[in-house]
Amino acid sequence: MSIINLLKIAFRALKRNKLRAFLTMLGIIIGVAAVIAMMAIGEGSKQSIRSSLSGMGSNMITIMPQSNEPGGVRLQGSSIQTLKLEDITAIKKLQSKNINGLSPVVSTSGQAIKGGYNWPTTITGVSPDYLNIRQLKLQDGILFSENDVKSFAKVCLLGKTVIDNLFPDGSNPIGQIIRFKNIPFQVIGVLEPKGQSNFGQDQDDIILAPFTTVQKRITATNYLQSIYASATTEASSAAATTEISEAIRESHRLTAAETDDFQVRTQAELISTISSTSSMLTVLLTAIAGISLFIGGIGIMNIMYVSVTERTREIGLRMSIGARGQDVLMQFLIEAILISITGGIIGVILGVSSAYLISYFLNWPILIAESSIIISFVVCAITGVFFGYYPAKKASNLDPIDALRYE
Amino acid sequence: MEQKILDIHDLKREFVMGDQTVRALKGINFDIKAGEFVTIMGSSGSGKTTLLNILGCLDKPTEGSYLLDGVDVKSLNRDELAGLRNTKIGFVFQAYNLLPRTSALENVELPLFYNKTITAEERKERAIKSLESVKLAERFDHTPSQLSGGQQQRVAIARALVNHPVMILADEATGNLDTRTSYEIMALMQELNAEGKTIVFVTHEPDIAAFSTRTIMLRDGKIQKDSINQNQRSAKEALANLPESDDY
Repeated sequence: MSIINLLKIAFRALKRNKLRAFLTMLGIIIGVAAVIAMMAIGEGSKQSIRSSLSGMGSNMITIMPQSNEPGGVRLQGSSIQTLKLEDITAIKKLQSKNINGLSPVVSTSGQAIKGGYNWPTTITGVSPDYLNIRQLKLQDGILFSENDVKSFAKVCLLGKTVIDNLFPDGSNPIGQIIRFKNIPFQVIGVLEPKGQSNFGQDQDDIILAPFTTVQKRITATNYLQSIYASATTEASSAAATTEISEAIRESHRLTAAETDDFQVRTQAELISTISSTSSMLTVLLTAIAGISLFIGGIGIMNIMYVSVTERTREIGLRMSIGARGQDVLMQFLIEAILISITGGIIGVILGVSSAYLISYFLNWPILIAESSIIISFVVCAITGVFFGYYPAKKASNLDPIDALRYE
Repeated sequence: MEQKILDIHDLKREFVMGDQTVRALKGINFDIKAGEFVTIMGSSGSGKTTLLNILGCLDKPTEGSYLLDGVDVKSLNRDELAGLRNTKIGFVFQAYNLLPRTSALENVELPLFYNKTITAEERKERAIKSLESVKLAERFDHTPSQLSGGQQQRVAIARALVNHPVMILADEATGNLDTRTSYEIMALMQELNAEGKTIVFVTHEPDIAAFSTRTIMLRDGKIQKDSINQNQRSAKEALANLPESDDY
């Protein structure tokens, strides 16, 4: 019995019952389409979270102060004054290949005033590296220099929100003087708008100035609220974290028994936390879709059973004209596989196109992984064999005499 | 006429039903030579169906020997029996047993699908030739529901012929047909017999048996009478003699 003959026999048998074959397929079609569309949506949202997080600077490392005394009143990180400029010097001294940017952060909020307009905002004292670390770009003007930092220069860069509120007439802010807590600052640059962060913060409501200026002229402090650094690559951020920790511990003269009085965090951790949440969602969606695929398989088995009973005389006839048990087995098995694979193909097409439709009409991010197509296809074939085998076996074990006389 | 197609010696078939043993065939001896047209007759319960199943290689004897075209059927397994049915026997059933919603041509091709030595072209060619020999060549694309009972039975006969069997085994092949159509089928059978085909025809109608060359009467699991039909009736003549009013 050649395989081509078997295929032809199975194909002709299906052709005789087009509607039933299609209805059986429907379960598989919906199952596969659901798996593919769900995985596309899940993967797409994961990808979009990832890319918006890395827009914040995926290699960013944040060093925050933290109390290391378990007893006593624990204070909020910002009111702990353990981070000093010496820590920056200590990290710089490492000359690590893993770290390519380092900036102290000193910030305070207050009212910015320009002429008759004012706006409550935050001034952040940083070093020039900060722009690279946070992936901020200058739209216009220039960046302050290391010299400006050394000389406590009263210069600043403005974000779009601040400009909109202090210069509502649309005049060019560069070269103008604004006042923050009564200190005059010359605007030397304008930052490119970044929009809202993932957490709903307006990232454009910002004034950047040399940290020395902010420390000396506004806050009158010598500690740092935090230190931002950036790792050379996302992969090197773990190594950079360790190096930074060790450098600061040394600079703080912490003994081995003492815990850190600071904490180092990377964006990578945040990304993995958020994408693991989103992976969980993908798994959940896929599991639901997988269940519908399974139900589709049961549908195949059910129909194949009905089909075997209904076609008992046909089976008897085939056997009487020379079909062996295994020929009948193969015929029904191939019928089941043909149904499931054809259903799989239609399902893939439907799933992919509905994923595109969703992204087109709802603007949801999608990502169709080849693996999802391959997996659902393989599952289909397995479903066909698995759920088709038992009814096929039943058919092949029929006695031709009884089958021929079956009413 | 010398070659024995069937050789049956002391054939017995018993069925065990619970603690009872039913002896359906109680020792049967006969042989059929090539070119014979044999009818097997008997009333209900005579063992006719059991014998037919064994002749058709669908069942095996409990005792005794059955040689089909020189092959001892008793020694074969299930798959080998299927192979034997495929190459040596052409079945014609009372209920035609054609595949529904399938063209006459595809129905006739069916046995050849299970013979892997036959190519696709050969299959089609032989099916068309077979349909021609039952005078249905122009209806090869009709499905059974588009054919009359007699035409359906002729498609079934074409299917039985397509594998060039050594014997055509018909089981009450005229049972579902009216007199006129039955005679037409018998005329076709006689024609095939004249061309040299060996035919074994199981029936309970003496009327039909008259068209054969030999009749074997079964009764109670034994052969009651095995007689050569001296004056074989011609189905064609019988058809011509049917009164017009009988034409329904």
